[in-house]
Amino acid sequence: MSSNRPITPSTLSVKDLPWQIIWDKDKCTLCGKCTAVCPVNAIELGVFRKRSIETSMGLESTPSNDFKIYYGIRQKTDPAYSCVGCAMCNLVCPNDAIIPAKSDEADKLRYHINQGGQPRRRGGRRGTPDSLLDMIKFIRISMLTDPALDAGRHEFELTTLLGRILSPEENLSFLNENGWIPPVREIYPLMIGGMSFGALSPNMWEGLQLGVSYLNEELSMPVRICTGEGGCPPRLLRSRFLKYVILQIASGYFGWDEIIHDIPDMKEDPCAIEIKYGQGAKPGDGGLLMWYKVNKLIAAIRGVPTGVNLPSPPTHQTQYSIEESVAKMIQSMSMAWGFRVPVYPKISATSTALAVLNNLTRNPYAAGLAIDGEDGGTGAAYNVSMNHMGHPIAGNIRDAYLNLVKTGMQNEIPLIAGGGIGKNGNLAANAAALIMLGASCVQIGKYIMQAAAGCLGSETDRCNICNIGLCPKGITSQDPRLYRRLDVDKVAQRVVDVFLSFDTELKKIVAPLGRSTSLPIGMSDALGINDYNAANRLGIKYVV
Amino acid sequence: MCRLFAITSDNPLSPMKAIEALDVMREGHDGSGVGIFLRDLGGPFENMKDAPILSGVFSEKGLRRLDTFMMEIGFMTKYKLSIKVPKTPPPWVPKRDIYLVRAYEYPEEWDGLSRKELHERLLIIRLQLREMGEEKKDMIVFSFWPDTIMIKEIGSPMDVANYLMLDRPELEARIIMAQGRQNTNYEINLYACHPFFIQGFSTMTNGENTAFIPIREYLISRGFHGYMGYQSDSEVFTHILHYISAKLGLGIEAYKHIITPLQNEDLKDHPNAFFLKQLKHSCRRLIIDGPNCIIGCLPNNTLFMAQDRKKLRPGVVGGKQGVFAFSSEICGLDAALPDRDKSKDFQPMHLDTAIVSPERQEVKICRQTDQLPLPL
Repeated sequence: MSSNRPITPSTLSVKDLPWQIIWDKDKCTLCGKCTAVCPVNAIELGVFRKRSIETSMGLESTPSNDFKIYYGIRQKTDPAYSCVGCAMCNLVCPNDAIIPAKSDEADKLRYHINQGGQPRRRGGRRGTPDSLLDMIKFIRISMLTDPALDAGRHEFELTTLLGRILSPEENLSFLNENGWIPPVREIYPLMIGGMSFGALSPNMWEGLQLGVSYLNEELSMPVRICTGEGGCPPRLLRSRFLKYVILQIASGYFGWDEIIHDIPDMKEDPCAIEIKYGQGAKPGDGGLLMWYKVNKLIAAIRGVPTGVNLPSPPTHQTQYSIEESVAKMIQSMSMAWGFRVPVYPKISATSTALAVLNNLTRNPYAAGLAIDGEDGGTGAAYNVSMNHMGHPIAGNIRDAYLNLVKTGMQNEIPLIAGGGIGKNGNLAANAAALIMLGASCVQIGKYIMQAAAGCLGSETDRCNICNIGLCPKGITSQDPRLYRRLDVDKVAQRVVDVFLSFDTELKKIVAPLGRSTSLPIGMSDALGINDYNAANRLGIKYVV
Repeated sequence: MCRLFAITSDNPLSPMKAIEALDVMREGHDGSGVGIFLRDLGGPFENMKDAPILSGVFSEKGLRRLDTFMMEIGFMTKYKLSIKVPKTPPPWVPKRDIYLVRAYEYPEEWDGLSRKELHERLLIIRLQLREMGEEKKDMIVFSFWPDTIMIKEIGSPMDVANYLMLDRPELEARIIMAQGRQNTNYEINLYACHPFFIQGFSTMTNGENTAFIPIREYLISRGFHGYMGYQSDSEVFTHILHYISAKLGLGIEAYKHIITPLQNEDLKDHPNAFFLKQLKHSCRRLIIDGPNCIIGCLPNNTLFMAQDRKKLRPGVVGGKQGVFAFSSEICGLDAALPDRDKSKDFQPMHLDTAIVSPERQEVKICRQTDQLPLPL
């Protein structure tokens, strides 16, 4: 741009963008792979004119100019094409000639990413790397008075329960009187949370399912996976692997026509039904599958036309009160499977979570409560929802657990915690901390995408373009040119790796605490934190 | 780690029998305290089996408050054992005014009350006295129950026993449980001393219960006033026993299925698999995580020993018809019953509960993999 040309308010320089492409002319082979792979077309072939001045040493010859042309990479500055930092260019470059670098100061793009009045939407999760869960330490180490256990060689029983568990008194009396004993599943305490067929690519979905089936059938680890709201492929619905799957129903009811019609053909009951009322990443907001991703396959499974935005309403439209939303829906879903399948709601963490919980304690069909904290991930949401809406999971789970303790129902309604577990890679430590605060089970989504498929997204705003179907790793894309990059079997292998290593790490945490015969749910005396107020709030020890 | 000893005998024995056994195991306790539970009493208490006996430690002032309190309800003293102690206590033993063992006549208005109601009221009175004592620091109450005496004090078991002159005929009993403490706290609270007692059930333990906090929360949340205290992590063992027996109607054979349920692998081949699976689920919050050896006494005078799943604590049972003993170590058993057939000694392992019924004919070993006597 010439210095005397007018500029628009949103005219930005490369410096104003969050990511600057560093390109090395000497190393570049001009192969063009980087420009081809860039998901947002942030870079293009550049033709550069360069003047070089030749000054001679002699008296007779005069200095001269030489104008030369060279080719290279140019970074676009249009907000619509700004670099997202995914670094796929770096991944494909044969000579390491190119890499995006994070700007050394806050970008100016953020003020311009609402062109046309459309606020920023993205995938990923809250843009803050902090994690209270990471601050929690396990301080009650068994020393001499009770020996620590050998994590490698001791026997451990670390499964958990999903389902409404009767009180001991009721259980014995129902056994005597042939009363209805609600279905209870013994499952692994780490489950893969709801990510829909649609939000995820077919290869990613299949890889996760395959990994989960392998863990169950070959390694006897009762790991469960939730479908998210997007239906379930009919072949899976009619297979024996359905028992490892939690079917999710949410406010858009996507895919449920197919599921209901398949009930007579199901060989196995699903593990459970999750009714989604809220999501931690965008509380009070419905699901959103943007039109880019609604191809023929997705449309068929969800029972919708292709190429349209699929926003689920923020609430279940047919219902208007907690009795309707929770009680009747839970009962209806239970009835659909002959009261053989646990049905539980999932809500966003919120300061009103206790009202929902108290309602569930009085509903004998409620099989648990999943609470998804503000650090949960999403495939698509408004940036403002992700960054500013929601409640942290630790305090919410602790309040819910202590509320159950007050009513003596801590064993009856399992709490499932989600949102930000393993945010900074500390999966087992975060999960164990939540379990000791009172969760019976934890759900992960983002972590498994990162660990099992190499998702590049981050809390410092790298990539995070899951919403537009251009996932450079093929995880959240419906474009076969992108998702064929993902090898289904390799994803499955990584899922197995993740769960096996988690299992070892969980044992490395509980064994020194002297625990092996049961999952240490609510063992809050084992926890400490070096933040006085957080310690008071959570009812754990303040340690310095 | 504390040391435990319990004995059940057709003929009443002096508490010194248990103290002597603890004394030979003294390497395993630090002399920081001793607790004794006496049941199926001989001596003068033989003829007053139904009269509730109050056991505790009182100051002069506390005793006066006790008398006023009990008289107001209508309790009359039926028999009292006066323990006059020498002026200077042995090392570590604090100076106390009165060690009280007193049998009462029930108030006349209580005539005709059901047994259940009677038991409820006895518990409430004990808890009231405990609360009064904690307020003014003038009374510590261990038990208030028929045919039951409890004595607890800080100090070496042998020193305390000599000081309190426990070798007296009035204290002879057919069931004796005693624990020599290994102190793990700086200050010793007598309410943290084993054995623990609630409505006829008593247990003592060694080892540490790592699942204490969630279990305590669960017991407190049962809404039963007797589930309180918990100055020691081991008190939950007594309360779990009470809960499964008094509240769930389950027998001692089910105790281990609650505190250390079978793992799924073993459970699926069990004759009561379905029942036990249900129990494992609904009583999940009562699962202990040891390592603990538990010795206890039921209201019907059955004595038992159980180990946790890890079986990291010692425990042995042996004896002969008419007299059986449970001990942390074999040397304790040898001291108490040298003439038993040692080849029949048994060390309960991770699946076993060793039970000696009040008839004292044999040691019954109940393995968790055995069929459970149902209906329970």
